[in-house]
Amino acid sequence: MSRKPYIREVSKTSWFLSQPRYKRYMAREVTCIFIFAFTFLLICALGSLAKGPEAFQSFLHALRSPLGVLLNLAALVATIYHSMSWFDVTPQAMPIQRGEEFVPGNVIVGAHYGAWAVVSLIILIWGI
Amino acid sequence: MAKSNKPIFWGLFAAGGTVTAFVTPVLVLLTLFAAMGFSPDLFTYEALRGFAAHWLGKLIILGVIVLSLWHAAHRLRVTVHDFGVRADTVVAYVVYGIAGLGTLMTIIYLLRI
Amino acid sequence: MSEERQIQLEVLRYNPETDSQPRYQTYTVPCVNEWVVLDALNYVKENLDPTLSYRWSCHMAVCGSCGYMINGEPKLGCKAFIHEYGDHIRVEPLANFPIERDLVTVVEDFIAKLASVKPYLIPKEDKPISAGEFKQTPAELKKFKQYTLCINCMLCYAACPQYGLVPEFLGPAAISMAHRYNQDSRDGGRDQRQEVIATDEGVWECSFVGACSEVCPKHVDPAGALQQVKVASTIDWYKEHLMPWVKK
Repeated sequence: MSRKPYIREVSKTSWFLSQPRYKRYMAREVTCIFIFAFTFLLICALGSLAKGPEAFQSFLHALRSPLGVLLNLAALVATIYHSMSWFDVTPQAMPIQRGEEFVPGNVIVGAHYGAWAVVSLIILIWGI
Repeated sequence: MAKSNKPIFWGLFAAGGTVTAFVTPVLVLLTLFAAMGFSPDLFTYEALRGFAAHWLGKLIILGVIVLSLWHAAHRLRVTVHDFGVRADTVVAYVVYGIAGLGTLMTIIYLLRI
Repeated sequence: MSEERQIQLEVLRYNPETDSQPRYQTYTVPCVNEWVVLDALNYVKENLDPTLSYRWSCHMAVCGSCGYMINGEPKLGCKAFIHEYGDHIRVEPLANFPIERDLVTVVEDFIAKLASVKPYLIPKEDKPISAGEFKQTPAELKKFKQYTLCINCMLCYAACPQYGLVPEFLGPAAISMAHRYNQDSRDGGRDQRQEVIATDEGVWECSFVGACSEVCPKHVDPAGALQQVKVASTIDWYKEHLMPWVKK
């Protein structure tokens, strides 16, 4: 008997719309655009810092606009989403075995969230 | 099949993903405050320049910026593929090129401070 | 006595001899709530339509034969309880695999990939039987035990969008099975397996969507295994290229 398997094509451009978990994945991946853009903002700040006080003032002035606020707000949401999605999977990527048992996943995730809070607080206090 | 050379970039992606997960949200929060003009002396030129002038400050700035760049570049390469673009080699040259340019700019600026 | 209810079981049918493409056929099935979807399929086969083709064997989540898409989600038919669903249940063959007939998929690709990673113990050195057994501590066993629970049901392949988009991808179960043997203290075959899994079409096609681990009926966590393989392969790469004087 001859075979005639039927192949269901997957759309290369819209496959991620088919399941909520794929949409969550794409949301996570898209955070890189914000991280990319924000890092270039930091590089611009660094450049103005190298040039002198006037250049730095005009950089701060350019930042102070509704668009600047809006983009920073969007970047804040995206980067927090990145951090959470990153820390949430640390027990999968780097499990820790102590003696016979593995350290429970929520302990590893919790330690990351705790360290994240401490680091953020230190930078925030130092920054303000 | 030959072994992949992706580990070069994935190593930077993973290190950068960790660094950026810890520090980027709070840095964005600070620039958001600056953009909203919360406090006029939030970022003083002297304080930031002083930080960037110290060798340790330079090292921290370099580490955070470069690793964030290569993290984002590698993930963007994958994301472009996920959106259906199959020209992976061209995409790789473009995104890693941008990250390389940012790396170069950071080094030059840091040397000038 | 448990309650009986009518469900509409919508099944994707495909007959390679007569059909040019698959079509849906709906059966009305009287179910009790304790039933699983596989029971409903068996009811159809025995009472309504003997031409329905589907794979199943053990009915207890051990054999890994009865994977289907149930309401769009990769599931074992024997673990999908009727009471978790409404009155309309759609059953399709596992996504990302060609359809052989009805719910039966073509699995040669997976079988070949699984075999290619040498999923068996490759001892570090030959040992005569008189030298005794290969000993292992409970901690060494624990290190890889969860990966031994894989039943090759292929739900992870049906959940993995990268496998759907790039069929050459070695895929979750095959790579986590390689990882299982690489993690085994009695094994010495990692170098041989790395030739297959540390390639572009091996672990590096994975972008950690994580769907494989979410659908795995045995909690193997293939996504975790693949990330661990990436970490280890990256360390290998840096050692090999930046510190060539370091012997493996």
